[in-house]
Order: sequence, then structure tokens, then C-alpha cells
Amino acid sequence: MTTLITDSRTVFSRELRPLLRDPFTIIFSMVQPLVFLGLFAPLLPDNSLQWFVPGIIVMSCLFACSMTGSNLLFEIQTGSHERMLVTPLRRPALLIGRALKEIVPMFAQAALIVAVCVPFGFRFEFAGAVLGLLILAAFCIGLGALSYTLALASKNQEWLFWTVQQTLLFPLLLLAGVLLPIENGPGWLQALAKGNPLSYVVDAERALFNGEIFTSATLSGLIAAAAVAALGLWAGVRAMRRSD
Amino acid sequence: MIETRGLTKHFKDVRAVDGIDLSVAPGELVALLGPNGAGKSTTLRMLTTLIPPTAGTARVAGFDVVRQQREVRLRIGYIGQGNGAGHSQRGRDELISQGRAYGLGVRDARNRAGTLIESLGLAEVADRRVSTLSGGQRRRLDIAMGLIHSPELLFLDEPSTGLDPQNRANLQEHILALRARHETTIVLTTHYLDEADSMAERVIVIDHGRIIADDSPARLKAEHVGDHITLGFDHETDAAAAASALAALHPERRGARLVIAAQGAPRRVPGILDDLRAAGHPAAEVEVTRPTLDDVFLKLTGRSLREGGAAQEPADNPDELVEV
Ligand SMILES: Nc1ncnc2c1ncn2[C@@H]1O[C@H](COP(=O)(O)OP(=O)(O)O)[C@@H](O)[C@H]1O
Ligand SMILES: [Mg+2]
Repeated sequence: MTTLITDSRTVFSRELRPLLRDPFTIIFSMVQPLVFLGLFAPLLPDNSLQWFVPGIIVMSCLFACSMTGSNLLFEIQTGSHERMLVTPLRRPALLIGRALKEIVPMFAQAALIVAVCVPFGFRFEFAGAVLGLLILAAFCIGLGALSYTLALASKNQEWLFWTVQQTLLFPLLLLAGVLLPIENGPGWLQALAKGNPLSYVVDAERALFNGEIFTSATLSGLIAAAAVAALGLWAGVRAMRRSD
Repeated sequence: MIETRGLTKHFKDVRAVDGIDLSVAPGELVALLGPNGAGKSTTLRMLTTLIPPTAGTARVAGFDVVRQQREVRLRIGYIGQGNGAGHSQRGRDELISQGRAYGLGVRDARNRAGTLIESLGLAEVADRRVSTLSGGQRRRLDIAMGLIHSPELLFLDEPSTGLDPQNRANLQEHILALRARHETTIVLTTHYLDEADSMAERVIVIDHGRIIADDSPARLKAEHVGDHITLGFDHETDAAAAASALAALHPERRGARLVIAAQGAPRRVPGILDDLRAAGHPAAEVEVTRPTLDDVFLKLTGRSLREGGAAQEPADNPDELVEV
């Protein structure tokens, strides 16, 4: 019999299969941030790789999972999404499987980034990094599910999807201190960052990659990620039920 | 197998489906026939749990479409108006993941996919990207996907729309063969008259979200339109004389022609011709007009169902003349 896990795996492997059959796109998108990193890292002051690498990993996962809904737009039009909705696949599995398809290649990429950075002095704790990626995965499932919801809401109006996705993604990144530290910013910006769940996830990633596992940063990151995951799945399932 | 009560769906101010009471028994093949926008797809989408009804209830395969969605989904197959197979996928992959979605093991899903690929004639294209398939191949693939779990009830929304006549005939054969083999209950929608006529033993005519007729094609035609025999004569006077000879049949005279409403017309023509000859007013020509489902629709709604045809044919225009 099926379970939420087997259903998610069914959706996940369906989504991933065209990529595996045509791996060039995947390789290309994985190498892209390495180039970015190669151009950016030499500009960084000493030792800032430690701060910077977890941010890059979060950023590429975020970009990827915010696109979860974009493939869906096409499948809503052609009818294959409708076909999947009629199957007994559990609704959350449709969301989780699609988000995972975006996340898993990014984790492979994270491993690549880390491997490339170690010779340049990047140090990390394995257990902490794994826990960090799990927290990130939960956050990304939530964000992917929200992207899915957005695609359902903007069917037949693709511009709406792209407008909302772009409008939200960059403030989300900047207000989480992913690329530049928030501490030096003005008070209002810091206040906004406190309301951004991604801030807690990014802080947790940095602590965890450093090997600081049992800290309040980990706990806050975990809570923020779980909250976003729950919100995303709730919104997504609701949108599927109500979608015309 | 299907039982609905007052099934209704409103989109804002559009009454897409407006109180449908429908009952389909196991093993039936039912065609929902109606023009574009009649509410066929919306009806199917409610029955397949895709959209919640605004009002009314529906039980499908024994379960409520709102409260027991999973139970319904496990038992039905649905081939929607679009393409079920993802365009960037390969046909065989899609079939296998469809099987997995219905809980088949990897091995079973693979075997079942192989069987369906064979029986729907997809062997040569199953390992190509779906976007490279022709319309007919894609439609057969969609059908294979709908059948992966051998559902007891199959919904097809306009299965043959957009196909050329040859592919359409091919697809109809597949559907009929499926039914003959597995006794699957089938509900399909169509706006092709000949399709409803030749495939279904029960046609439900839908217009403006309501059922306006529900019977076998033969009975719909007999009841709402009926056969007509048209007798042609050389002169109007002959026609008038013949009319009095055939008075018992209540002929209607139109110039040098007589039109007689007669059920089972082809069998009655020889007798009528004999009678006329015996009476000394032999007919010069004969035409038998048997109604189409379009005539039925025209009679019921005042509009024609033919492609692009909205109320342009007058009601007494006999088409499809059969020469005898
Ligand atoms: N998702 C929707 N939102 C708004 N109106 C819709 C929607 N789906 C269908 N309709 C309207 O409902 C009516 C019935 O449509 P439909 O069921 O698709 O008809 P058919 O399948 O018989 O062509 C049409 O007027 C159509 O425009
Ligand atoms: Mg339709």
C-alpha cells in the first residue's frame, strides 16, 4: 500500500526523471554558483568563507525551490497536473515530491561547493552540516509548496507567478542576511529581518556548519523551518481542494 | 456506479452545471452529448473529485465525491480533455509512475505499462519524449494511463476531439474493445454526433448545464423526430390523388411531394409503393429520412449541434436522404 512517503517518492522520481535523462541542464545549473563563488570569494576578507558559504548554499536552494511552481504552470495548461490530481496520491505528497526535486540537486551542489571551498580554508562539522541541510530542506519544502500554491493561483496568468516570485524572493534573501550581514544595517531593517523566518534558518546554518549544534540558533532555525513547511503544505493542499 | 442528486456547479455567475440527477448502472457505456460550454467537463470534473460541487451530491463507485475522495480516486480512471502525459516525460516512464501512484509495485507497474503499450499500439513511441508524439499517439497514451490500475469506471472527456477521422475510429475501437474485454463502465463526453450515436447505448443530452434527454440513440430519434418517407410525383395533381389514397397515413403534401411520418420507414416503403401502384398513382421517386442525433438536439433546443452551427438549419430541412 502507499504512504505519504512512497507517494512523495513517486512524485519526486517522476519529476526528476526528465532531468536524469538529460543531465546537461542539471550539470550546468550546478556549476553556475561555483563560478559565482569563484568570482566573489577572492573579494572577501580573510576567514569570511566560513560566513559566506552557508549563505550561498541557502541562496541556491531558495532560488531553486521558489521555482517549484514554474514547471507546474505548463502542466496545468497541458492537463497532466489534472491527471495527477485524480490519482489517489496524497495531496501533500504532490507538494513535497515537487519541492524535493528542486532541493535534491541543490544538495548535491552544496556538497560540491563545500568540497571546492575546503582547500581555501573552509572548515565544517559533518553532523552539523547534515542537520543544517535537513532544516534547510524543511524550509524549502514549505517555500516550494508556496510556489506551487502561487502557480495554482496564477494559472492562465503566468506573469502573475513570475511577478510575485521575483518581488518576494529578493527581499526575502536580503532581509535574512544571506549575502551581507544585517547587524550593520539600520534599526528598521533589523526589525524586518527579525520577522523573516529565513533569518533564523540562515543563522542556524552558519552555526551548524561551524559545529555549534546544541544552541538556541539551531532551535530557532528548526522552529522557523517547521513553521514555513506547515504553512506551505496547508496552503498548498487548500489551494488544490479549492482550485477550479 | 454513479448516483447524483441535484448536482450543481456555479462559477461566479455562470451556472455551468445546474441540477443534474444522473444514475449510471455498472457496465453501461454512456455518452454525455452537448455543445461547447454545455457543462460536460464540469460534470466530469465534479464526478472525478477535481472540483467540489456548489450544491447537490454525487456518489461514484459507491463513495461520496466530497467526503470520500480517496476511495473514489482509487476506483476510477479519468482521461481529461488535455494531455495526461507530461510533455517532457517519456510515455513508458509516465505509465510506470502512474502505476506507482495507484500503489502498484515497481515490477507490476512496469509489466502493466508494457501490456498497455502493446495493446494500444504504442510500442514504437513509448520511449520517446511525449512532446514528439502525434495527437493520436498522445491520446492513446492518455488512455493507457487512465487504464493502468484497471479501474471499474472510466471517464473520458472528449477523447477524440482534434483527431482526424482515422485516428478517431481507431480510438473508438480501442474503447469498445476495452469494454468488451473488462466490462468497464464508461462515461464519455463528446460533441461529435456520430460518436455518441455509434458508440453509446445511452446518450444523455446536456444543454446549459441541464439534462434535456436521456435514452438510447434509437429511442431518442424515434421519440423526438422519427422517420419520414418522402414520395415524389410528376405533377401536383398526382400527389393530391396519392394523398387521398394514403389518407390513413396522414401524409402532408408539399407541392408534388408527400411527406409521411412513419416509424421503421425502410420496411414500410415497399408496401406503400405497392398500394400506390394498385391505386393507379405510382410514385416517381422515394426518399427515406432517418433522423440523426442532431435532429433530436435541434428539436429539443431549436439549435444545431453541428460544428459552428447555431440555429442555422430550419427544422424541416431533411438531411441525410437515403435513396431507395
Ligand atoms: N474554471 C472555470 N471558471 C469559470 N467558468 C468556467 C470554468 N470551467 C468552466 N466554466 C464555464 O462553465 C460552462 C461549462 O463549461 P464546460 O463544463 O467546460 O463545458 P463543456 O465541457 O460542455 O464544453 C462554460 O460556460 C464555461 O465557460
Ligand atoms: Mg469540455
